[in-house]
Amino acid sequence: MINTQDILQTIKMIREENLDIRTVTMGISLFDCITDDPQRLEAKIYDKITTKAKDLVRVCEELEHTYGIPIVNKRISVTPISYIGAGLSPAGFVRLAETLERAAQTLGVNFIGGFSALVQKGAIPGASALIESIPEALTVTDHICSSVNVASTKAGINMDAVKRMGEIIKATAENTKDRDCIGCAKLVVFANIPEDNPFMAGAMHGFGEPDTVINVGVSGPGVVAAAIKAAGDCDFSTLADTVKNIAFKITRVGQLIAKEAARRLNTPYGIVDLSLAPTPAAGDSVAEILENMGLECTGTHGTTAALALLNDAVKKGGVMASSHVGGLSGAFIPVSEDRGMIAAAEAGTLTLEKLEAMTAVCSVGLDMIAIPGDTSAATISGIIADEISIGVVNTKTTAVRVIPVVGKGVGENVEFGGLLGHAPIMPVKSASCERFISRGGRIPAPIHSLKN
Amino acid sequence: MKAVITVIGKDRVGIISMVSAECAKSNVNVIDINQTVLDGYFTMIMVVEIGEMTEKFSSFADRLAEKGRENALDIRVMHEDIFNAMHKI
Repeated sequence: MINTQDILQTIKMIREENLDIRTVTMGISLFDCITDDPQRLEAKIYDKITTKAKDLVRVCEELEHTYGIPIVNKRISVTPISYIGAGLSPAGFVRLAETLERAAQTLGVNFIGGFSALVQKGAIPGASALIESIPEALTVTDHICSSVNVASTKAGINMDAVKRMGEIIKATAENTKDRDCIGCAKLVVFANIPEDNPFMAGAMHGFGEPDTVINVGVSGPGVVAAAIKAAGDCDFSTLADTVKNIAFKITRVGQLIAKEAARRLNTPYGIVDLSLAPTPAAGDSVAEILENMGLECTGTHGTTAALALLNDAVKKGGVMASSHVGGLSGAFIPVSEDRGMIAAAEAGTLTLEKLEAMTAVCSVGLDMIAIPGDTSAATISGIIADEISIGVVNTKTTAVRVIPVVGKGVGENVEFGGLLGHAPIMPVKSASCERFISRGGRIPAPIHSLKN
Repeated sequence: MKAVITVIGKDRVGIISMVSAECAKSNVNVIDINQTVLDGYFTMIMVVEIGEMTEKFSSFADRLAEKGRENALDIRVMHEDIFNAMHKI
């Protein structure tokens, strides 16, 4: 028989501490859609996605009912589209984005990810064309997410791509300036992109994946924050154990949902992603966890250490709870999506430089950060190059999702709405990095990438 | 196959009888009942057998949740597996 206290703990986590499943993401391979007839390609992509995922939303809603836990997002990731439409022009890729959008609307999913290119060593023509199409593609669609992998520990950093992505981000912001530059919230630049990540904007269905797969992202910053608060002024070993214990329980729920969703959808179960993903709601904040550990405000001295402890303990607790762990698996620190991060940024304690340091010890990177609209493309490329270097040298995933808010500057706010939240515009350095960024070519892979 | 029904709210006469009546309508058998006070709220936990249930789980859960709302109570029906997953290794 189940213990009464255990039942009440679960109910409390869901009722008061915002425990939820952040996403059930179905990965779908589109390789068998490839054809040289663009119209037929669009039809095959639409048919495959809407056939394979036809029951995704219904099954997730059934699971929400059966287990009494919210599943916030139902999403799809697809094979990087640059390979599927390799012969297309940028205009052709915009049409593919519109095709994906139609599929998303038909199915009622929250997002489709995988409008992506992998160019860490160089770009095939399809990748270059897809990258050129991004500003337009993200303007004419609402539910499509785009990612570009510009570096890996094995390949080094493709600085031509880093330079181009600075310009693409600027163009995407300009294109969507009447909607608070929302296009940039759906675009992320990666180093060491994972091939099984269920979270947006970086989800894609990698090359070594099965035809379809179910990946699940858990959540639960509120649960961890509450547990730490209840633990009081314990020492660090006890603090780490507290996080591990609670992460184990959270992940077990993710594992249950992943296996059950996979069974009901007759699809292989892929991975559970152990990330702690915040939302702008009260009591659903990673910053609150750090502050419950004893920091007056996130971003102050001690923040990186607190985050490192959190990130490690979440993995240690989660890994035993799940048969397969993957994706990003680490604490997320998206500024606009986390009430505590927003407050810390508004107070001036949390800065871009501190965020950069924090990304060295957690996933994912500089995420959902609003910067002044007059920031130059080269400066954005410089921000990308710095962040990507952290990932390449430390053999981890890092990413950049910044929004240069057209017409706004430091001290002003931007509102994205919903789960994307709102953010104060953060200052960037005014000194130029243009000469550095314009050199072109690749930064070589670090020596420790040579492991064979 | 079991489910756990939790009822949270202000204590009053007839809560158990109301929930039990709803269970009976769908051939759901009550196995165990436990009451406690959590953070000042009356909390009832009912473990029920749903193997012979004559209704879809989701509509049963919705019906009880709705009955709860009518009576200013938070009523949740959850499959036992979520508790087993979280609290048993």
